[in-house]
Amino acid sequence: MIPAAFDYVRVDSVEEAIGALAEHGDEAKILAGGHSLLPLMKLRFAMPEVLVDVGRVAALKGVSDAGDELVIGAMTTHHQVTRDPLVRDHCGVLADVAAVVGDAQVRHRGTIGGATAHGDAAGDLPATLLALEATMVAHGRSGLREIAAADFFVGHLTTALGDDEVLTEIRVPKLDADWAWHYEKFSRVAQAWAIVGSLALVRRSNGTIEQARVGLTHMDAVPVRASATEAALAGASAEAITAAAEQAAEATSPPEDLSATPEFRAHLARVLTRRALEAAAG
Amino acid sequence: MTATEASATTTVGRVQLRKEDARLLTGQSRWTDNLAPPGSLHVAILRSPVAHARLARVDVSPALAQPGVVAAFTGADLADAWAAPMPSAWQVSDDMIVPPHYPVAIDEVRYVGDAVAVVVAEDRHAAADALEHVDVDYEPLPVVTDMDDALRDETLVHADAGTNRCYLYGYEAGEVDRVFDDAEVVVERRYIQQRLLPTAIEPRAVVAQPVPATGEVTLYSATQVPHFVRVFACLVTGMPEHNLRVIAPDVGGGFGSKLDFYAEEPLLLVLARRLGRPLRWAETRSENYLATIHGRDLVQNLAVAADRDGTVRGLRVDLTADMGAYLQLLTPSIPLLGRYMYPGIYRFEAHAFRCTGVFTNKTPTDAYRGAGRPEATFAIERLMDDLAAELGMDPLELRRRNWIPHEQFPYETIAGLTYDSGNYEAATDRALELLGYDDLRREQQQRRDDDDPVQLGIGVSTYTEMCGLAPSRWLGETGYAAGGWEAATVRVTPLGKAEVVTGTSPHGQGHVTTFSQIAADALGVPFEDVEVVHGDTGRVPWGLDTYGSRSLVVGGIAIHGACHRVVDKARTVAAHLLEAAEDDLEFVEGSFRVRGSPEASMSIQEVAFAAFGAHSLPDGVEPNLTADHVFDPDEFSFPHGTHLCAAEVDTQTGAVHLRSYVAVDDVGRVVNPQIVEGQVHGGIAQGVGQALFEEAVYDEDGNLVTGSLIDYHIPSAADLPHFTTDRTETPAPGNPLGVKGVGEAGTIASTPAVVNAVVDALRHLGVDDVPMPASPQNVWSAIRTAQGGGA
Ligand SMILES: Cc1cc2nc3c(=O)[nH]c(=O)nc-3n(C[C@H](O)[C@H](O)[C@H](O)COP(=O)(O)OP(=O)(O)OC[C@H]3O[C@@H](n4cnc5c(N)ncnc54)[C@H](O)[C@@H]3O)c2cc1C
Repeated sequence: MIPAAFDYVRVDSVEEAIGALAEHGDEAKILAGGHSLLPLMKLRFAMPEVLVDVGRVAALKGVSDAGDELVIGAMTTHHQVTRDPLVRDHCGVLADVAAVVGDAQVRHRGTIGGATAHGDAAGDLPATLLALEATMVAHGRSGLREIAAADFFVGHLTTALGDDEVLTEIRVPKLDADWAWHYEKFSRVAQAWAIVGSLALVRRSNGTIEQARVGLTHMDAVPVRASATEAALAGASAEAITAAAEQAAEATSPPEDLSATPEFRAHLARVLTRRALEAAAG
Repeated sequence: MTATEASATTTVGRVQLRKEDARLLTGQSRWTDNLAPPGSLHVAILRSPVAHARLARVDVSPALAQPGVVAAFTGADLADAWAAPMPSAWQVSDDMIVPPHYPVAIDEVRYVGDAVAVVVAEDRHAAADALEHVDVDYEPLPVVTDMDDALRDETLVHADAGTNRCYLYGYEAGEVDRVFDDAEVVVERRYIQQRLLPTAIEPRAVVAQPVPATGEVTLYSATQVPHFVRVFACLVTGMPEHNLRVIAPDVGGGFGSKLDFYAEEPLLLVLARRLGRPLRWAETRSENYLATIHGRDLVQNLAVAADRDGTVRGLRVDLTADMGAYLQLLTPSIPLLGRYMYPGIYRFEAHAFRCTGVFTNKTPTDAYRGAGRPEATFAIERLMDDLAAELGMDPLELRRRNWIPHEQFPYETIAGLTYDSGNYEAATDRALELLGYDDLRREQQQRRDDDDPVQLGIGVSTYTEMCGLAPSRWLGETGYAAGGWEAATVRVTPLGKAEVVTGTSPHGQGHVTTFSQIAADALGVPFEDVEVVHGDTGRVPWGLDTYGSRSLVVGGIAIHGACHRVVDKARTVAAHLLEAAEDDLEFVEGSFRVRGSPEASMSIQEVAFAAFGAHSLPDGVEPNLTADHVFDPDEFSFPHGTHLCAAEVDTQTGAVHLRSYVAVDDVGRVVNPQIVEGQVHGGIAQGVGQALFEEAVYDEDGNLVTGSLIDYHIPSAADLPHFTTDRTETPAPGNPLGVKGVGEAGTIASTPAVVNAVVDALRHLGVDDVPMPASPQNVWSAIRTAQGGGA
């Protein structure tokens, strides 16, 4: 609970941050809200030698309208995402999910960029960004990269970000009025990480489900989509939900921990996906 | 049966806002870890990462070379510092094994967290970093974590003891075999009381401040028991008692985990004297989870014998209790404090009790809120529900048939205790009314008929407990080293304020407020004018501290007695000064008045000043208004109550949602209703924690898997329903205030109420038990197993 010694650098721009990362290589870590990084450091699971604090980089904060997309700065806190009028109007699902991350304290410190860069399959936002087919924008020494959410989460707490790259923004599509959603988060105690979560995003037209996307939290080493369920629902009616949800855990490798066996997780994924789809499509 | 009657001028029975709160809420508290005597050094302790090993080599010299490090010691370096091993204060049986236990392990470690070496450095970070430079060769020894495995004695925790069995304790009353042979119905059950981590919000901390000129040391400790600490620290270090002052400053919760004597206390004492510098040590949360005692950890094999009509006849209890690797202060006694409560509030004619204490390679267990009584209450209350189900009876009907009717008190139970008073009928009737029992039963039936995915269950817990630890004679008979009295001194100062010195040592309960109320009423002084002094052996020479819901029932009575002695003395002085006979004086609202001549009167403040001046005192009367009183109770007191819980269980996910919770407690006379309510709320929350959320999990190598709050789930307000609380009031006959104690009641009552509700919701699906904690995984597995699906 007492972290190892480290140096601390505060930067004022993305360029400075990239410079600091380039200088220190993999000994350096970006410090955003600190709500994932600092606990790991206190347990001495992580012992970075340098922390690069991007907390004062104004360019990384806030939400803007880019036509078909919203651009969310990496340092925008969960709380700000929840309250932001653009997010609420055009991508309400993100506001709703950010609102159930941890507790109020966590939401005021933790950032969407930190949650994404940390890449925790148990986090609520990675599965949501995956289902939204969001785009991550990274800046490094070699310039700017856009990474599709589907390519971003590559392994347990591992993302496609390079050691010298700063995640600067997250682009999410605007959802029109035909989209509806519901997130079923199932936790051990209130205001905590999900044992399993299931996010249903459903686009309906003329009484049928035109498209359904399902993002699953904590069902694998990375956030995953319930592809078989999604496929079974394309163009189907709401009656198909029960059967489709039975396939929710297919092709996943749910982790085992003190809260759930893999078998129980798979079961929860089916139940929660059905409930999320029914709520979204109902 | 009614709320306490309070007259216009008395404070007992009324809500008084807590005197403690302004300071605590505005961050003005003095926690041990906030004390930073000038020149302090920091202590860090290297804790064994393995559960069992021989220490082939411990080399602290690389740590000594680290920046900021002042000193470093191995267990062997310190071996000659100990005049005696760490104490075990309760010899529960003649054959009980007390393995040698030193503050720092000398040649063998026996649990993950056992102290291996100590570093002293200029700051906390330097000390923590230097620990990584202590070189240790751990030669692995086989590990045993499971009690059944341990009892086979193939792998020994203490090789020299030759066995892992710490003790075997037995008790029998009535014709147990005959009753069971003749019984129409026998229900047998095995319940597991999982291991719990007490999780006081303030972890433990110790500061030792030497006074080099005199050889004295002041030891500050986040403890419930400063007086115990002084005695035991002197025994272990050989230091004379008059040189050691122990202070418990503000203490942030204990729940029994700080009712102990811990290695760090003598360790800092010895090192501070050696180094001649003040030393500080404070646990981190993860360290707390390894190095502070754990609670519960029992396997309970039970059988109840009954007639078909529901009359209970016999009760068999066979426990195996995990001691952990060593005996802490009270470790072996905890399951045995429970032994008296297994019959609960019921009239049994035969009872057999057996308990086997077992050593394993885990952190020692010891007292945790309720200490034996929650375990016992859980067993009997779960068993009564299971028996009711077996007989097809309503669980309340079964209880009514068997409990002690109110007109039969005092009642001697089959376990050998005399219950002082109670009215189970009244508390239960009130609880049923508040819950709306009949409506809920109807809804439950409806949900069953509809095959609703969310089922409803109602859990009952009609508990009693023994409070007011304890008659000293009883403690002596059971093998405890000390007594159970409590001391108080009350002074009225020259300017008329009251100073109450108590040997109890609060750590969040609100004693200052409660005791001020008692003293204000007894002395006739304003509540605001009372100061309560506690938790400092320098200012409070005699005391036995706070645990076992004893502070009001024993300590409060001592204060009450001392106040009355002060008033008696004041009456003598006032009579002398008013030139009246003592019998002609009445003492009303703080003034002595001569009956019939109201103008002739003296306030107690005036008497205090006169007694201080001592210009004119009656013959043989010493100056000053001051008196001592030591109260040693003749008997325990027995609070009781009925807790009812309605729980919704989602049969698809295993999630349990507590819908409503009613607690009607009878804690005798109430001094401050708000403080009582606070104790009940916190107690229920903690009991719900055991029922639904908490479990200390070890892997087979002896690692604590739930080593931080990431994996150890304690409930927050958001996990709990609104608690509906009420009280009945059956005064305790054994003390002049009629009080019974409330510190543990909520925890004792709530765990079985909640688990009974969960099982009740699922019983029609074939479920007759859900292991604690009743987590979604455990509930789901129980349903699957009952339906033939395997867990
Ligand atoms: C008690 C508690 C409860 C929580 N509960 C939940 C929950 O229910 N659901 C949930 O989803 N999360 C939960 N969290 C996690 C919380 O959302 C974290 O804040 C979040 O995951 C990380 O965001 P951060 O801004 O704190 O990042 P930090 O902790 O500062 O950083 C996390 C990692 O990302 C890297 N990083 C951060 N920003 C960037 C960037 N711009 N570019 C490159 N790398 C970067 C850091 O170097 C670090 O490795 C909880 C946390 C706590 C402490």
